[in-house]
Amino acid sequence: MTNSQLINLAYILSAFFFVLGLKMLNSPAKARLGNFMSALGMLIAITAAFFNEGLLDFHLILVALLLGSVIGATTARFVKMTQVPEMVALFNGSGGIAALLVGWGEYHANPALSFGNAATLFISVVIGGLSFSGSIAAWGKLRELFGGKPICFPGQKFFNLLLLLTLFIGGIVYSLHPAHEYPLFLILIGVSFLMGVMFVLPIGGADMPVVISLLNSYTGMAACAAGFVLQNIILIVAGALVGASGFILTRLMCKAMNRPLSNVLFSGFGQKTSAGCSRTAGEVKSLSAEEAYHVLEAARSVVIVPGYGMAVAQAQHAVHELANILEENGCEVKYAIHPVAGRMPGHMNVLLAEANIPYDQLIEMEEINPQMETVDVCLVIGANDVVNPAARNDPQSPIYGMPIINADKARHVFVLKRSMASGFAGIDNPLFSLENTRMIFGDAKATLMGLIGQFKQK
Amino acid sequence: MDTSIILLLILMLSIFLGFEVISKVPSVLHTPLMSATNAIHGITLVGAIIALGMAVDNPLRQIISFLAVMFAAINVVGGYLVTDRMLEMFKKKVQKVK
Repeated sequence: MTNSQLINLAYILSAFFFVLGLKMLNSPAKARLGNFMSALGMLIAITAAFFNEGLLDFHLILVALLLGSVIGATTARFVKMTQVPEMVALFNGSGGIAALLVGWGEYHANPALSFGNAATLFISVVIGGLSFSGSIAAWGKLRELFGGKPICFPGQKFFNLLLLLTLFIGGIVYSLHPAHEYPLFLILIGVSFLMGVMFVLPIGGADMPVVISLLNSYTGMAACAAGFVLQNIILIVAGALVGASGFILTRLMCKAMNRPLSNVLFSGFGQKTSAGCSRTAGEVKSLSAEEAYHVLEAARSVVIVPGYGMAVAQAQHAVHELANILEENGCEVKYAIHPVAGRMPGHMNVLLAEANIPYDQLIEMEEINPQMETVDVCLVIGANDVVNPAARNDPQSPIYGMPIINADKARHVFVLKRSMASGFAGIDNPLFSLENTRMIFGDAKATLMGLIGQFKQK
Repeated sequence: MDTSIILLLILMLSIFLGFEVISKVPSVLHTPLMSATNAIHGITLVGAIIALGMAVDNPLRQIISFLAVMFAAINVVGGYLVTDRMLEMFKKKVQKVK
């Protein structure tokens, strides 16, 4: 058997482990092993790469590998669980720029490419660049470096369309005579960077789960295209798996918000909307921790709805402590998780898992909603839009039609909130003024600690 | 048969496989899924390693490929480790003995 056949066999083995690993992510019990399988697949592929004929210098490879591993490992080790979305964005950005650089390096070595190869290389470079700068912009947005609100300017759509056209036409011109178009190639890399930033700017913080999923998908596609350029099967398979996965998550997130992808990407949500919808008429009633204690003490069933506010207040451990006390008191505690709560798909689940909350208590929206009417207390912690009943019954509301957790159907609703400010989407929430709703103002963590204190005193 | 046709066939089958496998992942695990697939696209590292190993005679290509290996390695190592950290936290309810 020849050397290259052996390498390709190793790639097939590695593809097997990737698929097996992803399959094992089906259940929380096997997921960790699945991730290990996938890492094993990666190790096999990387080891196989070293056996390629024509590799002359290994020193630089080892230095670069070591450097990247140390940076990656340190970041992964010390990041806080609330910052996972930012970090996923950064890692995604490094994957994107790596795909760009691989394509560029290949072009630099052999500029005289056929039209097909040049076009594929161009796609891998441009998507890689777009994914890189988009991820960096998303990271900046998640850190609120330039605020969480959408950034829009007049003529934005036109400008973006112009960028897209430039890339498209430029790509064709480049692919026709790649050997003579080096400067154009570099300019188009710049355009792809600009495009990535422009693509993320108009998207609001609450839509971040969609954007992160989509960028992940793009980087997968870039790796896949690079695989075609290098005629490397493992890049094609792994890239396609990631591309498909990112696409599925993007679609799920859009469905959970009842908005088409185009609307998320281009509308600059929450800009013009709040004027149109009816202001909430009712009176908002607040409640002290002591009064809340008396209700919770008597409650037999409590559903907790966490949102991004809980992450900001780092309140997940306090939530778990309160839940433990309630359970000891003979109360049934469940957590209702909305698919888009937080800043990335499934964000809340990770935070609650961090606080040692067993995953079988985390209930999906569809499953919890039919039970809401029998719930004594619904505790909304730092969530807003995902429990807004206007999505159900106010056709004027910009989020009308979005599936929500029916917190308003519970006998009592306690909303833990910093102030009366509206959510990320900037929409009024009629839930706050309902007859059965009480607001408990203040930092979520402090409020929860106060409640825990009340229980301990008695 | 032309290699590129076979590669396209592989692409198509992989996309289908990806859709099938990933549609079954429960939403509880969506963040780890995203972070795990994020690590997988670091597979570009394979291409980067080969490119850097061959780029001995060309300084610019060496720099480009060096950076490619480094960034891809950040992606791979960081991605897998943080996924592992996350998944370690997912625990089932321990039955309380009274």
